[in-house]
Amino acid sequence: MPEMPGSEAPAVKEILSAADIARIVDRVAHQILEKTSGARDAVLLGIPTRGTPLARRLAGRIRAFEGTDVPQGVLDITLYRDDLRTRSARPVGPTSVPPGGIDGKRVILVDDVLFSGRTVRAALDALSDLGRPSHVQLAVLVDRGHRELPIRADYVGKNIPTSLSESVRVLFSETDGTDAVLLTGSTAK
Amino acid sequence: MKHLLSAADLDLDAATLVLDTATEMAAMASREVKKLPTLRGRTVVNLFYEDSTRTRISFETAAKRLSADVINFSAKGSSVEKGESLKDTALTLQAMGIDGVVIRHPASGAPNTLSQWVDGSILNAGDGTHEHPTQALLDAYTMRSRLGQLKGLRVAIVGDVLHSRVARSNVLLLRTLGAEVTLVGPPTLVPVGVEDWPATVSYDLDSVLPGTDAVMMLRVQRERMGQAYFPSAREYSRRYGLDNRRVKLLPEHAIIMHPGPMIRGMEIAPEVADSPRSTIVEQVANGVSVRMACLYLLLGGK
Repeated sequence: MPEMPGSEAPAVKEILSAADIARIVDRVAHQILEKTSGARDAVLLGIPTRGTPLARRLAGRIRAFEGTDVPQGVLDITLYRDDLRTRSARPVGPTSVPPGGIDGKRVILVDDVLFSGRTVRAALDALSDLGRPSHVQLAVLVDRGHRELPIRADYVGKNIPTSLSESVRVLFSETDGTDAVLLTGSTAK
Repeated sequence: MKHLLSAADLDLDAATLVLDTATEMAAMASREVKKLPTLRGRTVVNLFYEDSTRTRISFETAAKRLSADVINFSAKGSSVEKGESLKDTALTLQAMGIDGVVIRHPASGAPNTLSQWVDGSILNAGDGTHEHPTQALLDAYTMRSRLGQLKGLRVAIVGDVLHSRVARSNVLLLRTLGAEVTLVGPPTLVPVGVEDWPATVSYDLDSVLPGTDAVMMLRVQRERMGQAYFPSAREYSRRYGLDNRRVKLLPEHAIIMHPGPMIRGMEIAPEVADSPRSTIVEQVANGVSVRMACLYLLLGGK
């Protein structure tokens, strides 16, 4: 859209660069290895859209550090959302569980941003229809606060205090062509 | 999309969305817990003014797998037998706060009329000789999953085209999805005005089969026939029945479809119906996934 003369463009601030994200992914991969005794029985399940590439990257780093292949999958939560009635029907994406299943495994849910906690609540419901993991943990790149449910993350890339009027956008080269985390709509001068 | 009354309601994007959603729903059918919470608290009525086993059970299963509450209503044993009109039945449903109505009716256009009286979504499950859109969707889904893609696919629809709502909906939907449809049947069972349909017409099955990727056999609908449309069942079967000899005329990859219920020995030979190339049982399974997709897309949102 062409910029109107005199109107202020919404402030966009880069909070994390590509290099920051790479360092964070490395650190979280190490934390997962530490907390799960070398990713034993671990399964990484990415929540679309951007949890999927993040889970793949974590698995890649874990392989690079320890040579362990952690099974990965995708958990689409659309049909478990609690806000389906607020909009017209959303398209349903694929869910894929690794061949070994999730029964008795340590499932690590992976998402880009932790906000209200409602996505994670839906993911926990979806998970219980797929099987019975021994543990469920949560890894996120950004925790922006404003939780509406009693949910917390086990692995946090970065805590970013935000106001409700702001929005956090995570970009990954797999889905967006570049790596960055942006804060938009900031009212702070 | 609020209602699904005709296959023509779906453009290419909408039809593709239904088929893609059905793929995800089908993945769920192989799970141990075959249940989703998606339509919890929604009520769906199966309003059946005509006999049906497959379609009613299929819709009921689909709605239950999405956690909707299902009320089955069949004209037999209801106030309809006492003379209640469709309108009064509709007003009753409206008063009960129904979210969706799946309707099968012997009169063409009944679902359309119903949609003016009820606030909820209407799904046409077959109206007279008019349309049966979810059947067309499950047929398209079956062809796509067996043969890869629908664009350019050559489909022959064979038999009683005149009385077939399945044929009408299939012609409309397959056209939207880019397939080429040939209608085959005796001249008496091909409707007047068929030249305006987006399909070609042939009266000779043997000449059509070699250039066909999917052949769909239709049942001869005796119950809708007030007069003789062909001399005898035997003659019909000789000219338009799919037997072993005709199956050999089909290309290697071609699939054999039938919407059911089939009359073995009439439009299809028993050994053909039971052959591995027949998708008849698969179509039934796919029906549940496709109807789940339709119910979700119509009732799942605002």
